[in-house]
Amino acid sequence: MNMFALAAIAVFVAMILILVRLFAGPTLYDRVLALNLFGTHTVLFIGILGFLNERPDFLDIALLYALINFVGTIAVLKFFRYRAIGDSGHDRAQEGAEQ
Amino acid sequence: MPRPGTSDHDPIADGDTKGRGTIETFIDLVLFTMLVVVALAIVRLRSLFAVVMLAGVFSLLSALLLVTLDAVDVAFTEAAVGAGISTVLLLGTLALTTRFERPSSHSPWLPLFVVVVTGAALVYGTLDMPNFGAADAPAQTHVWPDYVARVPHEIGVPNIVTAILASYRGYDTMGETAVVFTAGIGVLLLISGLGRRRREDEDDDREGEA
Repeated sequence: MNMFALAAIAVFVAMILILVRLFAGPTLYDRVLALNLFGTHTVLFIGILGFLNERPDFLDIALLYALINFVGTIAVLKFFRYRAIGDSGHDRAQEGAEQ
Repeated sequence: MPRPGTSDHDPIADGDTKGRGTIETFIDLVLFTMLVVVALAIVRLRSLFAVVMLAGVFSLLSALLLVTLDAVDVAFTEAAVGAGISTVLLLGTLALTTRFERPSSHSPWLPLFVVVVTGAALVYGTLDMPNFGAADAPAQTHVWPDYVARVPHEIGVPNIVTAILASYRGYDTMGETAVVFTAGIGVLLLISGLGRRRREDEDDDREGEA
């Protein structure tokens, strides 16, 4: 068994631990963080899979997943903060100050 | 003695069988197990926020399975749509409703029966499909050799997929691009315009009550 197979197994163990945190997670932020971490481990796993199949050009796809994961997490967190996605959020914050 | 016509296909078949070793089977098994566990958790959990996050994980796992099948473009679409935009859209829906699911009042047996029958029909439909990466599958023998033979002297683009999408199916691709462009503009208008209008309505209501 080569090192990349061992790395794949290690990533799987980490994924299962993240899933446990996602099921149990008491607060919202535990779950957001768990989703973000799961995306990161997806990126790692795609990289490992590329080396396992001796086609390391999969690394480009892993990079794309990293970008999607980042933008997705920002969108979810922005949604928590402002309750909207497209707005600047400026007038919403002002409205909150008035109340 | 191998026939001359089959010698071209041998490297592809060898590459496919070498890639599907025990570690590949193990990876597929673990990914499918996690997929089933996540799906069961989505059914069982009552906290809707956790369900939305689990739907994102489900989509990432499906994307990983598609990557192991070498369908990286489909996998990327699945990740971008499933884990990216639908998570945000589901959260937007969640902001309009409550955070917890009410226990359902009707019996679960009829929906379960419908789902099991549909699943059995789908599995039955896969029984006569060719094996994954089989060299005698229709995808490898039907139009593929024709395109490989025609593209270099008809189009002259090195990438055969690009030649098919941009030349043989050029009008189709143009129509798809127009549809995606229209949908994008529609979504942008919805996201940027509706929230502000609703807020103004709320302000009007509040002034009316005062």
